[in-house]
Amino acid sequence: MTDERKPRVAVHKFSSCDGCQLAFLNLGPDLLRLAELVEIVHFAEAGPSNPDADVDIAFIEGSVSTPDERERLRRIRAHSGFLVTIGACATSGGLQALRNLRDSESEWREAIYARPEYIDSLAHATAIREHARVDLELWGCPVDGRQVLAAVRALLFGVPPVEERDKVCLECKRHQTVCVMVARGEPCMGPVTRTGCGALCPRFGRDCYACYGPAEGANTTSLAHRFEGLGLAPEAVARRFHFIHSGQEPFTGAGNEAAGIIPGKAR
Amino acid sequence: MTDPYLPREAEILERVDEAGSIFSLRLALTDPRARADYAFAPGQFNMVYLFGVGEVPISVVRLRGEDADFAHTIRPVGRVTRAMAELRAGDRLGIRGPFGRGWPLELAEGGDVVVITGGLGCAPAVTVVHHVLANRERFGRLVIMQGVKHSDDLIWAEQYARWREAPDTRVLLAADQARPGWTGQQGLITTLFDQAEFDRGRATVMMCGPEPMMVASARRLVDDGVEAGRIWLSMERNMQCAAGHCGHCQFGPRFVCRDGPVFHYPEVAGLLGVRGF
Amino acid sequence: MSIYGFLHRSALKQLPECLNEAGYRCIGPRVREGAVTFGELTSIDDLPRGVGDEQRPAHYRLGEREDERLFAWAVGPQGLKSWLFTPRETLWRSRRDDDGRLYFETGSPADDRPLAAIGVRACDLAALRLQDAHFLEREPDPGYRKRRAGLFLVAVDCTHPAETCFCHSTGDGPACESGFDLALHELDDGFIVHAGSEAGERVAARLPLLPVGEEQEAARRDQQRAAIDAQQRALPGRNLRDALFANLDHERWQAVAERCLSCANCTSVCPTCFCHSHEEVPDLDGRTSEHLRQWDSCFTEGHSYIHGIVIRAETPERYRQWLTHKLGSWHDQYGRSGCVGCGRCITWCPVGIDLTEEATVICAEAGDD
Repeated sequence: MTDERKPRVAVHKFSSCDGCQLAFLNLGPDLLRLAELVEIVHFAEAGPSNPDADVDIAFIEGSVSTPDERERLRRIRAHSGFLVTIGACATSGGLQALRNLRDSESEWREAIYARPEYIDSLAHATAIREHARVDLELWGCPVDGRQVLAAVRALLFGVPPVEERDKVCLECKRHQTVCVMVARGEPCMGPVTRTGCGALCPRFGRDCYACYGPAEGANTTSLAHRFEGLGLAPEAVARRFHFIHSGQEPFTGAGNEAAGIIPGKAR
Repeated sequence: MTDPYLPREAEILERVDEAGSIFSLRLALTDPRARADYAFAPGQFNMVYLFGVGEVPISVVRLRGEDADFAHTIRPVGRVTRAMAELRAGDRLGIRGPFGRGWPLELAEGGDVVVITGGLGCAPAVTVVHHVLANRERFGRLVIMQGVKHSDDLIWAEQYARWREAPDTRVLLAADQARPGWTGQQGLITTLFDQAEFDRGRATVMMCGPEPMMVASARRLVDDGVEAGRIWLSMERNMQCAAGHCGHCQFGPRFVCRDGPVFHYPEVAGLLGVRGF
Repeated sequence: MSIYGFLHRSALKQLPECLNEAGYRCIGPRVREGAVTFGELTSIDDLPRGVGDEQRPAHYRLGEREDERLFAWAVGPQGLKSWLFTPRETLWRSRRDDDGRLYFETGSPADDRPLAAIGVRACDLAALRLQDAHFLEREPDPGYRKRRAGLFLVAVDCTHPAETCFCHSTGDGPACESGFDLALHELDDGFIVHAGSEAGERVAARLPLLPVGEEQEAARRDQQRAAIDAQQRALPGRNLRDALFANLDHERWQAVAERCLSCANCTSVCPTCFCHSHEEVPDLDGRTSEHLRQWDSCFTEGHSYIHGIVIRAETPERYRQWLTHKLGSWHDQYGRSGCVGCGRCITWCPVGIDLTEEATVICAEAGDD
């Protein structure tokens, strides 16, 4: 990417709420500067549509939930140099992966849709990495604009982006935020959650709900035990771990253990 | 007061591709006065800054052991050093340094010098060889021992061949696994020690390489009668500030960036090789 | 003879006024987000009047008191550390021009006015001496030095230690012995004021001090005695270095790691922990870049990373690094333990790990001192 032509960038959508694409659009003036540095060839939500174009960097939002998406991802991978997943859905399966926990996919379909025969979905909603090689994963629900720009900048310099793997607590303390768990008894997921959001929730007085997924070396067993000590019922502890990233270990296992789910049997 | 954190601009005067992916950059500070004042001791390091990417600690050497200014021999292993592999003559870097304590070259004068290295070449130790060869009359025998995991890993074979021709110099090579035709020893580096002729009582040993190799070598040398106090080794740890402040390079009570990177073996013997330190 | 007198409660408001007039920016304890933390003081009314606290492992709550006391609480999550060794700071900025030339300039602190800190406890004075030793001796740290140079310290004796406090066992409190410009001891109706430096004398001379009465002296002694007696925790010795390093294979490291979240809350609230990492933040256009430093911790993976290897990949090794450094190798580095007994790491550990308990178990057999 050191040649003269501008690097080409695509932003693709899979099963998702579009929130991560909005994080792009919400970059404001930085989006305009970004557009000067790269050529955005595909970003349907913002206008340009050319899904099969060859690109240097492809950003992917959303999980793989349908046979069509599986096929589309294969084509994108073949046309993309550096593939970045953005957000919880693309990176771990996201909220919709909750349905993987129960063997109820058809049951839901019948209950929700008037004409379920038109719905063609896979048995499980899964992360992009389950289907294609991923070069970088940016976590969060939604993804953080600062991390997206830092990744682009690093790639423009020809270096791999820095991966942030520490826990939210460290960043929370850098902001001198008072710990909501210790001072208020809130069941904060910060001690097991990956940093990157700037400790956004605790800074606004609420507990982290782990939208950035597990940090390196996350001790979910100890935190789950602590949540019980704070008075959370087992199902509530399970929900803390399964909320956004039920498809990502060690959160999957921690939630299952709290809820008494034996993997394999429930599916 | 000088700011220990502020880099100075340096220009790459020359790039040399060494063996494999290893390359050397000869550099000069662009401020003429700073360039004239720049001095380093073998074994010290600089913090080398690549614009917008980051800083890494790299041992300072002199290219070919004699050229002016200073150089860095770099193996692309991390994010910053891989990006540095793209650099060419004329490109600019930021330099902070030199930092740390270098080799005890004055203390070693008058006796034999034993240089023990392991792994894929070892820039800090190369400066010792250069220094001894440049000041040959001040030292006794020079014994260079290099160990590699596999004979294919040996780089700078030409350099070893050249050193072998130097006066009163012995080069011994060992490969744990050797391909047919390997002329060195087969085995760990310590298997070379019996062939190495040097005065166990008056030699100074300087080591650089993987810690398990340095631990094994130091223990074996002490068993062979070398005083622990005559063994020195160069250590590596995460270094970010180079001023003894950031805390990453701590090795027990020592700050590797400030108290080292070259240590007297007795200073570090207690924790050397202990997992987690 | 240094100035020593009694300041009536109603006259304390003159203290920040005097300091402001002398050019200081005042900080002091304030209630924020349910805790006592240091913040800008505009007047004495900002102080936590009638506020008490309840602390135990992993637990901190404020409560109301029946009286008007301003300092009837033990230290909150933050001491002076963040004001001198800032959580995030720009070390330098660089610029690259079209010819590839590089230009560097130092990062400059946001506010240059000297700081006066009101309400600093003995444990934090001890911690300050340790941070001074780390950041000012040998290679002085420019940012720290600048902020420290103008610092005016109004210390306050601790009269209400928390259940997690153990400064008496480390020899650092609860009373303030030295290292301050002014020291206050709070009584029901006011403060015994004691100047500890020339700058302190100058400020004290402007306060309406009265002679200290016998009864006030007696009340002070009683409070100091009670503050010592109230401390329930203790480290098993002042120098645990040899005991810790003799027990590097103790099974307790594994046991504590099963609870430890490796989340860096302990090191972040610790007033002596100094580890920080460097980070490069280039501007999007690639022409300028900032080189920052920010608080780091020996509990992170990145702390011990060198080219592809993490030296302390597992939590037992990280906890062991912390404890053997804090209570062990600090003695070699700075002539004393790195623990000042403030108890913050116990209160603010989300799972309530108690370093006095861990140290006691690990050092049990080897003995100490």
